[in-house]
Amino acid sequence: MTQLILEQALNGLQFGLMLFLLAAGLTLVFGIMDMINLAHGSLYMVGAYLAAEVTQASGSFITGVGVAMLGTGVLAVVLEVVLLRRLYARNHLAQVLATFALILIANECVRIVWGAQTLMLNAPDALSGPVRIGGFLYPSYRLLIIGVGALIAGLLYVLVARTRIGMWVRAGASNREMTEALGINVRLLFTAVFAFGAALCALAGAMLGPLLAVQVGMGESILILAFVVIVIGGIGSIRGALVGSLLVGLVDTLGRAMLPAMLRALFSPEVASSLGPALASVLIYVLMAAILFWRPEGLFPARA
Amino acid sequence: MSEHLLEIEGLETSYGSSQVLFGVSLTVAEGEVATLLGRNGMGKTTTVRSICGLEKAGGGSIRFAGQRIEGWTPDRIGRAGIALVPEGRQIFPNLTVRENLVAFAANRHAAREPWSLDRIYAFFPSLEKRSGNLGGRLSGGEQQMLAIGRALMTNPRLLILDEATEGLAPLVREEIWRCLDALRGSGQTILVIDKYVERLIALANRHTILERGQVAWRGNSAELDADHGIWHRLLGV
Ligand SMILES: Nc1ncnc2c1ncn2[C@@H]1O[C@H](COP(=O)(O)OP(=O)(O)OP(=O)(O)O)[C@@H](O)[C@H]1O
Ligand SMILES: [Mg+2]
Repeated sequence: MTQLILEQALNGLQFGLMLFLLAAGLTLVFGIMDMINLAHGSLYMVGAYLAAEVTQASGSFITGVGVAMLGTGVLAVVLEVVLLRRLYARNHLAQVLATFALILIANECVRIVWGAQTLMLNAPDALSGPVRIGGFLYPSYRLLIIGVGALIAGLLYVLVARTRIGMWVRAGASNREMTEALGINVRLLFTAVFAFGAALCALAGAMLGPLLAVQVGMGESILILAFVVIVIGGIGSIRGALVGSLLVGLVDTLGRAMLPAMLRALFSPEVASSLGPALASVLIYVLMAAILFWRPEGLFPARA
Repeated sequence: MSEHLLEIEGLETSYGSSQVLFGVSLTVAEGEVATLLGRNGMGKTTTVRSICGLEKAGGGSIRFAGQRIEGWTPDRIGRAGIALVPEGRQIFPNLTVRENLVAFAANRHAAREPWSLDRIYAFFPSLEKRSGNLGGRLSGGEQQMLAIGRALMTNPRLLILDEATEGLAPLVREEIWRCLDALRGSGQTILVIDKYVERLIALANRHTILERGQVAWRGNSAELDADHGIWHRLLGV
């Protein structure tokens, strides 16, 4: 039992860290520019497809991931300069409509280029086996994801908490006008942040590719989770995004694994087996509602 | 002409369809302290926000250090050497005191004795004790000092203060006035908006009074001091 919990906790950690890669960019876009970007998940999808394509062509997973990050980052710059900039001053409804259109366009483009069927993205052979941790075997590729996720989270922390660029980003998230008046070109800063966030999306898409299916629509389901994360963490806060991601990753994964078993102790097997999955899938929304009840601004709000 | 660091002529600014400034003209010479006065809602904040590019000037010209800056973005105006201590302080609550100060430090105009973190802390000793605290945790007076320090760290050619003493306890207010005196002594060019006419008469020597978005009076300290009718009529004191 404890072994199962431990293993599921590691899975939750792994998923949470990947979720963080998406949520980090999303929360900054929302926090600094007050922009709702539904197409954030599409960048994740594009990253996964690029990684699958390039890995296949080059035979190197690392090359695939690198090209996916770079390519998605460049795509993001084009997207930001050509389209998103026009949306900042608009209201949220206009932003939602326009970026929802982007989702549809992105999905269609991917279908045209790669077809409708699921793409294969294989983890490097060297990482296909399990490793022994304590008393149980755990897939080494998942460990790699945890390692990469933790590394990026650490790097982001240093960038945001310790550098001047990080100070500008935090200042911009809390009071854009004043940040500009003090001489910072927030628009340019934002293009850079957006591109960086897109590259992280691509990294998440590429890393999760071998675990989940690389397919059209993969961006939407994770986007919803990413929004839950940033609402829990507080809009505009990187720290909030990290804590929120880990919470959502753990609660979602552990809930799905444990809840049916726990219910079986209370209800009849039939009731438990139908109630369990249903309850598990709403668990993170219950978590979000509970946190918003206590802290309407989220855990670490950037604005005062 | 070009002896004036800031030269505004015929400035008109609107919020949507409601015009607030109707041809405001104003000059500030290098090294002097000038004031912008007027009762509530007469357009003082709108004027300085227009100078800083935070509101769009619908008409007129703003010349700073020989360049036409109306229509420039706020960040470009900031880098050109105008720093604002805004109404309501607007320090960054999620940055520490130290970060609020160092994040925007620059010396773009080669100030001979540039401001540094140490100098700001010597200037405002109470800030040094709070160095690691988040800006949002400070008292009103400390936030005001931080807002001034943050602006000074950009080593501005023109410092603009919008109601820097508003809502402060008398002792803290005095400290702000002493700081402004010291800044003037060091040759800092300042445009100040405030309600305390007596202090401003002592601090500055060029005064402009706004009345419903237009310049209703301008003159030096002796003239303002001599005519208390102006105080009652235009300043409501
Ligand atoms: N964002 C805004 N939208 C619409 N009208 C505004 C806005 N800001 C200010 N005004 C109006 O413009 C006029 C001038 O306001 P402004 O803030 O410039 O005055 P002020 O002289 O700074 O006043 P105070 O002494 O109260 O700070 C006022 O009538 C005010 O109601
Ligand atoms: Mg005002």
